Amino acid sequence: MTNPFRAGGHGRIDRDTTLSFTFDGTAYTGHPGDTLASALLANGVHHVADSIKYGRPRGVLAAGAEEPNAVVQIEAPFPEPMLTGTTVELYDGLDARGLSGQGRLSSRPDTARYDTLHAHCDLLVVGAGPAGLTATLSAARAGARVILVDELPEPGGSLLGSQELLDGRPATEWVGEVVAELDACADVQVLQRTTAFGHYDDGLVLALEKRTDHLGAAAPAHVSRQRIWRIRARQVVYATGAYERPVAFDDNDRPGIMLAGSARTYLNRFGVLPGRQAVVFTTNDSAYPAALELADAGVRIAAVVEAREEVPAHWRTACDERGIEIRTGHVVTGTSGVEHVSRAHVAPFSRGRLGERQGIDCDLLLVSGGWNPAVALFSQARGTLRYDAGIGAFVPAQAPGSVRTAGSAGGTFTLAGCLADGGDAASRALSALGRTGRTLTLPSTGPLPQGAPGRVLWRVPSPRDGQDGSHQFVDLQRDALVSDVLRATGAGLRSVEHVKRYTTIGTAHDQGRTSGVMTSGIVAEALGVDVADLGTMRLRPPAVPVAFAALAGRNRGELFDPVRVTALHSWHAEHGALFEDVGQWKRPWYYPQPGESMEEAVLRECRAARTGVAMMDGSTLGKINVQGPDAGVLLDRLYTNMMSTLKVGRVRYGVMCGVDGMAIDDGTVIRVAEQEFLLTTTTGNAAKVLEWMEEWLQTEWPDLRVHLTSVTEHWVTIPLVGPRSRDVLALVAPDLDADNDAFPFMSWRDATVAGIPARVCRISFSGELAYEINVPAWDGITVWNALYAAGGPFGITPYGTETMHVLRAEKAYPIIGQDTDGTVTPQDLGMSWVVSKKKPDFIGKRSFSREENQRGDRKQLVGLLPADERVLLPEGAQIIATSSIPQPPVPMLGHVTSSYRSDALQRTFALALVRSGSERIGETLYVPLDGRTVPVTVTDPVLFDKEGSRRDG
Amino acid sequence: MQLIACPWCGEREEIEFHYGGQAHVAYPDDPYALDDDQWAQYVFFRDNPKGPFAERWVHAAGCRRWFNAVRDTVTHEFLAVYDVRAPRPLLTGSAAAAQQRKGQEAS
Repeated sequence: MTNPFRAGGHGRIDRDTTLSFTFDGTAYTGHPGDTLASALLANGVHHVADSIKYGRPRGVLAAGAEEPNAVVQIEAPFPEPMLTGTTVELYDGLDARGLSGQGRLSSRPDTARYDTLHAHCDLLVVGAGPAGLTATLSAARAGARVILVDELPEPGGSLLGSQELLDGRPATEWVGEVVAELDACADVQVLQRTTAFGHYDDGLVLALEKRTDHLGAAAPAHVSRQRIWRIRARQVVYATGAYERPVAFDDNDRPGIMLAGSARTYLNRFGVLPGRQAVVFTTNDSAYPAALELADAGVRIAAVVEAREEVPAHWRTACDERGIEIRTGHVVTGTSGVEHVSRAHVAPFSRGRLGERQGIDCDLLLVSGGWNPAVALFSQARGTLRYDAGIGAFVPAQAPGSVRTAGSAGGTFTLAGCLADGGDAASRALSALGRTGRTLTLPSTGPLPQGAPGRVLWRVPSPRDGQDGSHQFVDLQRDALVSDVLRATGAGLRSVEHVKRYTTIGTAHDQGRTSGVMTSGIVAEALGVDVADLGTMRLRPPAVPVAFAALAGRNRGELFDPVRVTALHSWHAEHGALFEDVGQWKRPWYYPQPGESMEEAVLRECRAARTGVAMMDGSTLGKINVQGPDAGVLLDRLYTNMMSTLKVGRVRYGVMCGVDGMAIDDGTVIRVAEQEFLLTTTTGNAAKVLEWMEEWLQTEWPDLRVHLTSVTEHWVTIPLVGPRSRDVLALVAPDLDADNDAFPFMSWRDATVAGIPARVCRISFSGELAYEINVPAWDGITVWNALYAAGGPFGITPYGTETMHVLRAEKAYPIIGQDTDGTVTPQDLGMSWVVSKKKPDFIGKRSFSREENQRGDRKQLVGLLPADERVLLPEGAQIIATSSIPQPPVPMLGHVTSSYRSDALQRTFALALVRSGSERIGETLYVPLDGRTVPVTVTDPVLFDKEGSRRDG
Repeated sequence: MQLIACPWCGEREEIEFHYGGQAHVAYPDDPYALDDDQWAQYVFFRDNPKGPFAERWVHAAGCRRWFNAVRDTVTHEFLAVYDVRAPRPLLTGSAAAAQQRKGQEAS
């Protein structure tokens, strides 16, 4: 099968190999080296998709990342939406279809790997065109560590799409020699298929390397499909080239309308003739090489429509030699055609007036309105831009000392200039690094004919200006028209940023590469201001679309976030525990027996703890060791109650507040020795509390002789809970006198438990007789198994976090962060007893006396008993005063913070923060639920064993 | 990802650090000598300047040590890092010069 639009003797494709692909359900062939777009054009397919808003047929405008139209969805081998056909390399079996502006994510998980690499270098060069290559070569010869990234499959940049000669030979031969020399340098890395997409602080540049996308189904599974390079560069040279700018005219969106430079690329890089008979519409010299090279390859150039009055003599001579007519002072005013352009309408244009219109038949209309330097990354690096009226584009102005541009990215558009500029940029980067660059002998580009400046022309006036139905497109992907821009300015918008948001111009995948500067020009004309004063749209990362999968790299699925498990985790898993995520911890939630629901399991576990004996894994509790002569002083300042008076061997409960007086954490403190304390924190708060303590210690009281150490993972902590817990403990720790008098509540003892040295604390988070057994993590499973075995005759029951929550809520022990939200004082929690009256000061104390914290209508922690004892209130539910919901705004009295079904109470109950709650005890309030209200009785928060008679067994 | 020069560890990525707000806001000598408004000034109110700002940082995922820094809130550039007990440094020499130089070099 042959491609009808291939040009013999041109292109860098492998014609000996044929690739089969499918587009919109039709089978075609192409060659290695093709993009999807070039292969379609080689088959004469221009219509790629219909536009998103108007459904107009659209073709291929460009040959690279600036393409606004040819957006495709790949269906096989793996579905991927919103790719530009001009950057998708062709492979065998590719199945794609055109997209009307919106894609569809695959419903299948992506099985490909993605990963991330970190790299450091003296100099990062972005772009392997003529300027990037001389910059890299110069720095490499000076011995610098250089990374060169380039988006194309092979180096050369614009040289791949031209017929330029260097030293009298095809430029690509010079490219090959340079790259061979770079490859031989140990400190130089050249990354092809790698697009820099973001410049961040301190020289961090992110680049996306596409490693196996171009291999299709043949991609090896062990190689990551794409990877993100995180490159920390001391100096950066952006040799990112320039994008050609179209000119707006009526019906400027038909398939067959193409940027002139892109047509040149299709001929020279891909051996593709984008048409048979072309009209070339230009405002500048750059379209002439395209016209001449296409003519030499067999395209009939029907006319060059030249907006300028004068054309340099050598271009005129070259056109004359080929019989190409040049119509100076003319513009294209519009086009005709159905699925494809079939005629260009041409008219003289001078002093803002159009002359008589004439049609020229063509199947290809090439357009050049000049070139915009590709300054997106430079701009992200806080480089400023200035408008260059000579070329009608924004060029780099000032930049931080570590960033510079080279070549056409800086507004240098001749080949000789780009080659020299690359070497200069490298020299300046090297001297900023304290190195000396080597002078390069640059290849000769031959004599340069005298060029002429271009004419800046944003749009051609339309006979239909001001009427409906005008179709001068600015942003082809967003289907945004010149008339949309004028409507924006007509509505009073004066900033291009506002016009951008009003019209959506520049917000598509292509980031306005072909439409942004044109928009500035049209807005400036409409407002009668200078483009230089108006400026252009801010360019933000990412410069090209990057898949989330690539950004995530390996940090997905199980590796998304670290998982912490306790030393007893496998026992829990083997015994059927379901797990709950608490911070990064996996905690046993409850242990259902076969056929048991969660509710049944939790009631059973609660019953065991209240009537027999139960045990849980409390190892995740944060534990901080506090050592030093001033340890007690530090704790006195941080806790609301007195800690320095705690005797060795005793335990005290404590609350910490912020300077605003709001509770931030609670836990127990044990005095291990005269100069050593061990405190516990809420599981999820361990790191925060340690940081809080360090902050005060280091910044406010550096004179205190105290050291803080996190010992959370050091200990396995096992609460042994219930009236029979003493019996079980006696079996495993026969030497420990666990009598109430010998081992009273809120004390701790060193003991041998199951042969393991242990620290046993008599504390209770359930209100029951309980022992908290702490052993080194390594021995945890031994002790756990011994307790489980010894407790067997007593029906010992392992329980999870849900039961722990029910038990503590029945006793109104608050969970900081669940029953509080950063606006709750210890007094609001009904815990004035934990606030020392003796200490002259501690963190939070002064704020307690603030007027706001003395108000009687503060929200306070209370219990709620639904009138219907079967109704379980949802946590977070609002509380109101009336049985019917009044007209908004509804006065809210508070909300439910904890809500459970209680085995001990044989009913549901809740904790809540309620305005003036302590004064409302006994009142009936209402909770709106499912369109009705549930009456609830306000109670003291402690609903079970208020007198505390159970804790001693 | 900015680099922050921890005084003890050297340059590390900003993700290793936690921000601690304005520096040189000492806990009042006698909180009970302050009225509610004065106390509220200490608890709730901080400066928010455009330009150099002395602030506290902690190398949370590194040495866990607090330090002070002068940072330009416009450019995010760290102009100095110093001990929490030290007074705010006068920006002279290279840091001040760096601030002058910034943005003035042509590409």
